Amino acid sequence: MADLMHTPLFGLHGELGAKMTAFAGYDMPVQYPMGVLKEHLHCRAAAGLFDVSHMGQVIVSPLKGDAHDAARALETLVPADILGLAEGRQRYGLFTNDTGGILDDLMIANRGDHLFLVVNAACKAQDIAHLTDGLAGSCTVTPIEDRALVALQGPDAEAALCGIAPIAADMAFMDVAVTDSAFGTLWISRSGYTGEDGFEISVPNSHAVEFARALLAHASVVPIGLGARDSLRLEAGLCLYGADLDTATSPIEADLAWSIQKARRTGGARAGGFPGAERILHELSHGTARRRIGLRPEGRAPMRAGTALFADETGGAEIGRVTSGAWGPSVEAPVSMAYVASGHEAPGTTIWGDVRGRRMPAAVTPMPFRPATYKR
Amino acid sequence: MTTKFTEEHEWIRREDDVVLVGITEHAATQLGDLVFVELPDVGTQVAKDDEIVVIESVKAASDILAPMDGEIVEVNEAVVENPAMVNEDPMGKGWFFKLKPEDMSAMDDMMDEAAYKKFVG
Repeated sequence: MADLMHTPLFGLHGELGAKMTAFAGYDMPVQYPMGVLKEHLHCRAAAGLFDVSHMGQVIVSPLKGDAHDAARALETLVPADILGLAEGRQRYGLFTNDTGGILDDLMIANRGDHLFLVVNAACKAQDIAHLTDGLAGSCTVTPIEDRALVALQGPDAEAALCGIAPIAADMAFMDVAVTDSAFGTLWISRSGYTGEDGFEISVPNSHAVEFARALLAHASVVPIGLGARDSLRLEAGLCLYGADLDTATSPIEADLAWSIQKARRTGGARAGGFPGAERILHELSHGTARRRIGLRPEGRAPMRAGTALFADETGGAEIGRVTSGAWGPSVEAPVSMAYVASGHEAPGTTIWGDVRGRRMPAAVTPMPFRPATYKR
Repeated sequence: MTTKFTEEHEWIRREDDVVLVGITEHAATQLGDLVFVELPDVGTQVAKDDEIVVIESVKAASDILAPMDGEIVEVNEAVVENPAMVNEDPMGKGWFFKLKPEDMSAMDDMMDEAAYKKFVG
């Protein structure tokens, strides 16, 4: 195996007793001594600190003009309305390919004279090449290598961050801010990927460890690994790229039509103009052959990724597959995401998953499985 | 009361003519928090290495194998209701089933505690 990369917090993870795992080329904490289940519950009850420094931070600056010029250029690569994104605001978006599949999902922030993007670790090199190539002649694309990224999530996140960055209290969900602190200039967004209120904070590498220690010194904050991050995002109904989204899956199949605002849809001010627009806009009006759904299996046995799904308890052809599935510690029951053939997506429909050779019932359930607690 | 261990990280404790079976502390720690346990029916005849218990942790599913030939005479419904009990007390309250072995001497070849400790390093 090739040498794994380390985030600036690698040494701290060891000190905190993390069990490490290879993830997207990085040696990352999968859990701390508290364990996945308790970490998950603690994040929802108090606050958790996640090292997400493996994710890609990218600045897209226009060669001329301001963030609007960069926004106009970026709209050629993503179906979201970026031109309509106000300064100081962030939005979820997708890179699509020419066949309408998804190359990656990302966050896009308008920071006045440029855009700031956060992309998935596993896709980061490819995304940066895609941006550099797609925006050549209009923007410069700068990967940020000298900053760590942490997520502070949960009901006590604001209290924990305010001691360091008082501006946090004034931010609403999806607001972004740049602020000076004892740990250098922080880039803060009020967002995350757990369904909880919280923040993602970019901090200079040189201050990352002391910043993390300062947050962990708060009585409510514990470190949380990738294990609980996965069950938290699953309960929140949020997609994991590579599991629930891929290059063959369109945003409409993925039930992410909400990430394509009116301006980019048929009849909108800037309809289309992104890769795969023909398929995606057609699907928006005419529907898709399959759809991402939430599933609540009966009983306690999780239906994990790959579980084959059927319309009936016996016989019949496969109607879809689970793409993410686990125990939901806050739901106190197993939860799954799946793709099923159209006609089976109505909430309340019972479908059957093959678990160890036996078909087990599961109810199609609206997501999130647990209501989000974002501060609007 | 003799307790022996298998390479599958199960413990087997003799109680008269039956044995109590569970997973070791090491296994429970490696698996992480258990969320699901499925036990065999009482009366089931099992052969050594049959997959007779399914457990799921927050990470993955695993099978527990029958350590010896015999008959299932009792199962611990409490761990079905509360799988976390296995993590809390794997060598005690977190037992899975009682087995009446066809040949109790099959325990003789299993690892004792010292050998198991060496096995897991």
